[in-house]
Amino acid sequence: MTTPLDQQPAPEVVVGAPGTSAAGPAARAAALLQRGGVAALAALLVLVILGSALWPSFHTMDNLRYTLLGNSYIGIVAIGMTLVIFTGGIDLSVGSVFALGGVVGVYMNNQYGPAVGIVATILACGLVGLVNGLLVGVAELPPFIVTLATLFGVRGLVYQLTDAGATTYSLAPDSFMAHLGTGTWMTIGIPVFIAIALYGAFHVLLERTPYGLTVQSIGGGESAAVLMGLPVRRTTISLYVVSAALAGFAGMLQAAQLVSASPIIASGYELQAIAAVVIGGTLLTGGSGSVVGTAAGVLLLGVINDYIVQLQLDSTWNNVVSGGFLVVVVVLQRVLNYRRR
Amino acid sequence: MPPTAPVLEARSISKSFPGVRALDGVSLTVLPGRAHALIGENGAGKSTLIKILTGVYQLDEGTLLHRGEQVAFTEPRAAQSAGISTIYQELDLVPLQSAARNLYLGREPRTRIGLVDFKKMRRDARALLADYGIDADVDAPLASLGLGTQQMISVARAVALDANVVIMDEPTSSLEAREVETLFAIIERLKAAGVAIVYVSHRLDELYRVCEDVTVLRDGKMVHTGLMADLPRLQLVATMLGRELLEQTRRERAEGEGPDPDAEPVLDVRGISRRNLLHDVSFQVRPGEVVGLGGLLGAGRSETGMAVLGAQEIDSGEVVVAGRPVRRNSPAAAIEAGVAMLPEDRKLAGILPSMSIRDNIALAALPRLSRLGLVSDKRIDEIVAQFMKQLSIRATGPAQKVGTLSGGNQQKVMLARWLCLNPKVLILDEPTRGIDVGAKAEVRATIDELAAQGLAVVLVSSEAEELVDESDRIVVLKEGRVIDELTDDHVTERHLMQAIAGETDEAEQTPAADEQTPTPDEQTPAPDEQHEGGADDE
Repeated sequence: MTTPLDQQPAPEVVVGAPGTSAAGPAARAAALLQRGGVAALAALLVLVILGSALWPSFHTMDNLRYTLLGNSYIGIVAIGMTLVIFTGGIDLSVGSVFALGGVVGVYMNNQYGPAVGIVATILACGLVGLVNGLLVGVAELPPFIVTLATLFGVRGLVYQLTDAGATTYSLAPDSFMAHLGTGTWMTIGIPVFIAIALYGAFHVLLERTPYGLTVQSIGGGESAAVLMGLPVRRTTISLYVVSAALAGFAGMLQAAQLVSASPIIASGYELQAIAAVVIGGTLLTGGSGSVVGTAAGVLLLGVINDYIVQLQLDSTWNNVVSGGFLVVVVVLQRVLNYRRR
Repeated sequence: MPPTAPVLEARSISKSFPGVRALDGVSLTVLPGRAHALIGENGAGKSTLIKILTGVYQLDEGTLLHRGEQVAFTEPRAAQSAGISTIYQELDLVPLQSAARNLYLGREPRTRIGLVDFKKMRRDARALLADYGIDADVDAPLASLGLGTQQMISVARAVALDANVVIMDEPTSSLEAREVETLFAIIERLKAAGVAIVYVSHRLDELYRVCEDVTVLRDGKMVHTGLMADLPRLQLVATMLGRELLEQTRRERAEGEGPDPDAEPVLDVRGISRRNLLHDVSFQVRPGEVVGLGGLLGAGRSETGMAVLGAQEIDSGEVVVAGRPVRRNSPAAAIEAGVAMLPEDRKLAGILPSMSIRDNIALAALPRLSRLGLVSDKRIDEIVAQFMKQLSIRATGPAQKVGTLSGGNQQKVMLARWLCLNPKVLILDEPTRGIDVGAKAEVRATIDELAAQGLAVVLVSSEAEELVDESDRIVVLKEGRVIDELTDDHVTERHLMQAIAGETDEAEQTPAADEQTPTPDEQTPAPDEQHEGGADDE
């Protein structure tokens, strides 16, 4: 995230008469679709209705429970990814940090109890995020390379901690942390509620706080944000800390659900999270998007996965369909954005 | 000097970038309640000085005093907290966010529980804009508003920050006349409230209307500072351009030299206009003629050149080359019609520094040279050798990398590339900028030679001396309009400066020191005078 104040390209604003860019109905609709991830929500709704009509086993409580719980972890990871991508950055390290969170959480829980376990997870993973943030925000290295390096580094560290997987860290099934992962409320898994609460909190953070508006401004025009005197550097650093802390916390939750931490878990999660964020309407180039849209994006990918199951296709088709869907979304974004000019 | 203490003072500030000394011992004293004009041509160091005052850059040497205390602004935030707010020339707002958010970013009103109070923000924004007479929808994304409105919102943001110094860098460049008046009213209000203004502009009328003090920079040095009222327009322009003596006149033309006055113009620019940039610009160039485009930075010189090439979009008017109208806004069509342009920025022109002279030249000529997609190496070698000789490109050979050549020789390689296409019209935008004196003379000689061969040349240059020396005629632009055309005996620095300063009607009012100032009627040549000039050539 370099800050070249004088070599930045002009912001992509109108260069012509105001008439050429005045918000017509089509442009307004396009803006609405983009904003708040309305498009992803609409697509989600269509797929859910269609699926319910096609298969009796689709609109069952079991399926809902399974889909929500299964996607709550990647969902939490995608929150942090949304914020980072909003500023035009990227965080590839979340999959590795996710695994680290599981191992640290379970180990510290077993040693010192659940409170220390949770705090230590967030601190340890937040530290990884701080390294990312400092390298991106202060050293001004490209986020792609920085987080690629921590992706490798942290995964290696996790293998070290587990003696290359030889040592497994298991939770006692009746411990508090295991309950956190396996417990239910109104038959729905606790992690689902945690994810929903986090989505609510981060929605407010992004949309209603000065911090959130700063995040949005950095994405909209970083050099403008600097010139306006916003705390760009500090905010950028903090985003990577938040992203890593959320990823580690999600990893700890999943380890709690599985009552053991695995060093090989969650590789490729970073790409899934990025896909969900983009499908949810956040621009990869930054400046526009929403946390709610990301929620829709995560669920949309979950429902697509469900379709594969319902169609009794081989599960290997999942990635093919998800990938194809991602391409369609990005093309649509491009078209909508083009319309908006 | 009034007794008030300066609010912002820069003392002997120097700043270097790799290879350039951007500022060399520059001082600036900004007084409260007054507007200070900071002027200079491109590269004079204005932007660098502003960026130092606002914490974007750090100074190398010198001191910066704010309200009498030495300060070091390490980032824009620090300068802003001290009360120095800036309206940058390039818009410094977030395009996808609403006007209201842009106005209050960084100091949002909060609700009791600490969340952003959007209702109050919108209300305040409406009140603020109404107070300053700015008409804009506060909820619309900024990018959907006109450029002028965006600029006014930028102004409103800057003045709403409780600033004690407001720096305005070309604030009127994208404003309509009505908005300019609104801005001036705001400036007067700020001055009355004791706020100091640093005003950067090339529009002389504005400077004289708004500013009390003036500092002129040239080549990174302070060349003049004082009261605006003590600096007549002509002297201001001359100081800014570094031509206090105004002695340059058009080079003597030998008998039979120069364009054939009866020839049909090969380039006929007919009333081209572009909103806010160009207004009904017309001129003609005959074969073998060099027509200079004069004026200050931002007058529309480069834009006119780019418009002829089709690279600057135009809304109306047309460009006719050799009697045939060229399809509008299409560089490909213009090049096809025989227009070539050497832009100001050599990198923009597509110079490939790591490739050889031969390859750089051959690139443009390839389509013309290829037969069935194949190119004869021998043919390329011939062409490259021919141009290297014709333009006297000094190099170890055609294989030398262009990046290792001197600036002047790089420029010649670019020229050769265009000449491969056999253009009829050649537009040169600052062809000698940044190259040394010897190379300048060579490039100029090349221009003469090309014109002598019948090429129609349009020359854009900030160097008055070069423009006067090279041009057969000079079309003077100001704020995108043709304000004068200098022909024959009037192709002199003095006439050029007077045209730029807009002193055609005020010649008598200039101080007595200007004894050589010609009488007003000499400014615009009488028609019969022109005719005489033509008769001499025959």
